[in-house]
This record gives sequence, structure tokens and C-alpha cells, in this order.
Amino acid sequence: MDMDVLQQYAPMLLRGFGITIFCWLVGTVLGMALGLLIALAQRYGSKPVRWLLQIYIEIIRGTPFLVQLFVLYYGGPLIGLRLDALPAGLLGLTIYGSPYFAEIFRSGFNAVPIGQIEAARAIGMTEPVIIRRLLLPLGLVSALPALVNFSIILTKETVILSIITVPELMYQVSRMSTETFRYLEANLVLALFFWGLVEAISRLGRRVETRITKHLIERV
Amino acid sequence: MFSIPTFIDSFGPLAWAARYTLLVSGLGIALGLVIGALVCAAALSPSKALRRVAAIWVSFLRGVPLLVQLLLMYYLLPVVGINVPAVAAAVISVGICASAYISEIWRGAISALPRGQSEAAVAIGMSARTIWGRIILPQAVVMSLPALINELILLVKASSLVSVVGILEITRASQAQAATTFRPLEVYLAAACIYLAINLCLAGIGRWLEHRTAV
Repeated sequence: MDMDVLQQYAPMLLRGFGITIFCWLVGTVLGMALGLLIALAQRYGSKPVRWLLQIYIEIIRGTPFLVQLFVLYYGGPLIGLRLDALPAGLLGLTIYGSPYFAEIFRSGFNAVPIGQIEAARAIGMTEPVIIRRLLLPLGLVSALPALVNFSIILTKETVILSIITVPELMYQVSRMSTETFRYLEANLVLALFFWGLVEAISRLGRRVETRITKHLIERV
Repeated sequence: MFSIPTFIDSFGPLAWAARYTLLVSGLGIALGLVIGALVCAAALSPSKALRRVAAIWVSFLRGVPLLVQLLLMYYLLPVVGINVPAVAAAVISVGICASAYISEIWRGAISALPRGQSEAAVAIGMSARTIWGRIILPQAVVMSLPALINELILLVKASSLVSVVGILEITRASQAQAATTFRPLEVYLAAACIYLAINLCLAGIGRWLEHRTAV
């Protein structure tokens, strides 16, 4: 790849990189929040609620992210949901990630010893207090490695947003390769870049994981 | 308003296009099994260089999005003098990507076997070939079946990305159908239903296999 070409397109690529990171962070945070709500609703909700949420989880996990994006972005206006590419992409990432996060949280909550929860009830703790003081911290400790792992997977999913014209890194690289006719080099640079990014996020994730685990154990 | 007739009519052409989805996923996993076995053998070999190559292979393929790998393969093959149809390029790309995950599945299954079994086999004079063929591989394959079915489900979903290189599988067919009917919501929901049906069938097969092979 010609360094002059990279230099020429650097501002565009940097903007794309920024949008990639932004999409990943927003998608991860909102997906986690929605996943946590789903996991709690599955634990404490009524039978119909649990049943409906299970159907939601199966549908989202059983269909490709790209098709979900198309339903949202192209099909949304037919039901009055008109979204630009970026908000549609963010909403899509949130919806796509939420059932995976929900299942991770659910297995984390199930790992909390039932005896501890019964003991908390026995000493008169209310359910919201048990959730805040016991279930969430202890469940998070068990769920943390899987949460970090899935967050890393979401980094790679952001490239699919380029198909609905979200101007993230993949979209900008595609534009650059179309203008310069350097398709192979551009995609090779992108592949190496993502490899480095995923490796860096993995290492950072492991560190954050260790710190949060330590903090949560100290709190409990 | 949601048009039920359009939704129902979409199933015909999309179900027909599903043959490409199944073709790419099926051949992709077959290729992934072959390359994955070689990578797994390299990862478990005594040679440090081979282990390093296997580690880089897995790290690179697991760190790069499939869409990028797909485009890379699509542009790389003609450069190295391999002119194949887009479907073949997609199968190669999907297979290579799957090989990284499959090699790890097999490595995990082989590592999970008690060491005592192969030690006992060595003690009674079995050759390495017999140990692998009669003791390690049969158990490892059975142990890894659920994870391999799960990988196939992931590949069916990932195959939607090959629409980008123009293969008329479910997603590509639904794009064409949405463009002609001007009813994207109904068409894409029909596509989602077909993917869901395929994956629920695969999950069912996975559960049945797990049940059948339970020790």
C-alpha cells in the first residue's frame, strides 16, 4: 500500500475509526444494559413475560445480524420507525447483543449459591437489596470473562454496519479502495488493523476484568 | 400496514435461494473441518515452529471480521492466479475462517481427555497411530459434536455476508425481492423466518446427536 495514499485518506480513515469505536462502545453498553434487564425480567418476571423473552432471545440469536439490520433500516419506515444509518446501526447492535448478554448474565446469576440468597432473605433483606448487594456483584464476577469475550466479538460485528452506509472504518476503506482501485491492499491493511485492534481490546479486557473482579469481591 | 400476502409470497423465492446458503455453509464447514484438523495437529505437535504458526493462524482469523476476510479472499485469489467463481471464493473464505474455531474446538476436546488413557495404551504397547485412531480421535469427535453443530449454526448466519460478493443466497435474494415488491419489512422478516427455521432444525439435530452420543 502506497504510504502517500494512506496519508491522503488519513482524516477520512481516522473519522471512520472513531465511528467504529463509538458504535462498539454504545452497542456494548446499551446491549449490556438491555441484556441485564432481560436477565432480571427472566428471573423475576411472570411466566408469560419469561416465555416472551425466551422467544425474543431465540429469534435474535437464530437470525443473522445483517438481516436484523435490514429489517430495522429498510423495514422500519413501514411501521413508522424512520432512522438514519447511524442510529439504526446503534439500535441494531444493541438489539443484536442484548440476548447474548442476557444469557451471560443469567448464567452468572445462576452461579450465585442459592444458600446465600436464602440467608439474605432469612435476615430480612428485601429483593431489590438482594439484587443490588448480592446477585449483581457475585453474578458479575462469574459472568465477567464471558461479558468481555462477547464485547470483543461485537467489535468485529461493527463492520457489518458499513452495508447500511454507516460511515465507520470498513465503509471508509471501501470508499478509499473504490477511488484508488487498491482493493486488495486496502482490505489487507484493514484486516491487519482489526487483528491488532481485537488483540489490544482482548488484553485491555483481561486487565479490566481482573480489576473489576477484585473490586467486586472486596465490595461483597 | 403489514402485508400478509407479500410476507407469504416471499417464502417461495427465498426458500429456493436457501440452497446457496446451505451450500456455502455446508461446504464451508467441510473445508473448515479439514483445515481445522491440520491446524489442530500443528497446535498439538512437538514442533515449536508449527505451534507458533497454528497460534498465529487462529489469532488472525479470530481477530479479523469475516466480511473483511471475505473481501480479502475475493480480491486475493485472482492476484495469485486462482480464478474461481464467487461461490468458490466464498466457500474458501468461510472454510478458512471456520478452521480457526474448529481447530480450537478439537484441541479443547483432545486436551479434555484423561492423559491416563493414552499412557495406558502406550504401556500395553500400542503404536501412536493406533492410539490416535482407536482411542483419542473417536472420543474427541463425539465430545466435539455439539460445539461443531453450534459452529455450523454460526456459519449459516455468517453466510448472509456472502451476499456482499453477489451470491444469490437468502439475504441477497431478499434484497432483490424487496426491491421489486417495495415491501422490505415483509420480505426481510420472511428471510429471518427461514434462517430461524434452518437454525432451529440444526439445533434440534445437535441436541439429538448430543443425546445419542451421551456416555
